[in-house]
Amino acid sequence: MQDNDNDASLEALKDIRSIMDRSSRFVSLSGMSGIWAGLTACAGAAIAYTWLRKPEFSYIGAPTVGTPENFDSFTIKLMFLGIMVFLVAFAGAFYFTLKKARKHKHTLWTNASKQLILHLFYPLFAGGVFSVSFIYNGCGMFVGPACLAFYGLALISASRHTLSDIRYLGMLEVALGCCSLFLPGFGLYFWGFGFGVLHIIYGAMMWTKYDK
Amino acid sequence: MSNPIGQLNKIFDSRIRIGIMSALMVTEEVNFNELKNLIDVTDGNLATHLKTLEENVYIKVHKGFIGRKTNTTYSITTEGQKAFRAHLDALEKIIKGLS
Repeated sequence: MQDNDNDASLEALKDIRSIMDRSSRFVSLSGMSGIWAGLTACAGAAIAYTWLRKPEFSYIGAPTVGTPENFDSFTIKLMFLGIMVFLVAFAGAFYFTLKKARKHKHTLWTNASKQLILHLFYPLFAGGVFSVSFIYNGCGMFVGPACLAFYGLALISASRHTLSDIRYLGMLEVALGCCSLFLPGFGLYFWGFGFGVLHIIYGAMMWTKYDK
Repeated sequence: MSNPIGQLNKIFDSRIRIGIMSALMVTEEVNFNELKNLIDVTDGNLATHLKTLEENVYIKVHKGFIGRKTNTTYSITTEGQKAFRAHLDALEKIIKGLS
């Protein structure tokens, strides 16, 4: 009799936990989304590297002459590349998450996913504005650190509404962004590590933990 | 020591009512269809249990509109939060007391 009560209570608590999680957190986020975003970022960083390495820019390692400092055509080309990387990464991430949601028959558009989008994109938008203002004011070397720091803050703020693991990824990105502030000229390396390598590692970890 | 089983709230005997309360504890408000998807229950069944919770003033009902379609949302009351926490405490005591 007592065992029965115990089992029933455990069962009830399990139900409660599962429903609380599903109603407040968007759990369909796929690890593959992270891996995809990381691969896209690596490809983007590689392309940017070949452009920036050309002798006429001498940007990598020592941002002196030719630092993208104003809206010249080269800077616009770089910005366009950045935006493309973001769009391709985001579209792929969305696709893998949609696939996972379908597989588990979860609804995609819920209170939790709306909160997730709001809390992710608000800091990201601020980061975008900062980046554009840095380029506009001729401080191109701060774009990489700003991208990393604001993206990290966005992940931290969104982590309450999805798998909480992304909070630690966010913290790492913020730390990387802060470090790269003091190593001007190596922004692209930090950028590639933060958006590329960390995403792949984290995506793979989350994939083995939740999706496998 | 009083028996924790006696502290369990009879209203939360049903799995569906527990489900509704759990969802409302962590969100500001939830509409009927989202609840239905979360708890996996038929319309009629869900409506009956929502009614019971409303009569006990554990939840508040808010009837609104999205365009011309009605959109009924539910949120938890302070009494509802208190009652549900007490119920969780009792469940916890039962498990701790027996393990």
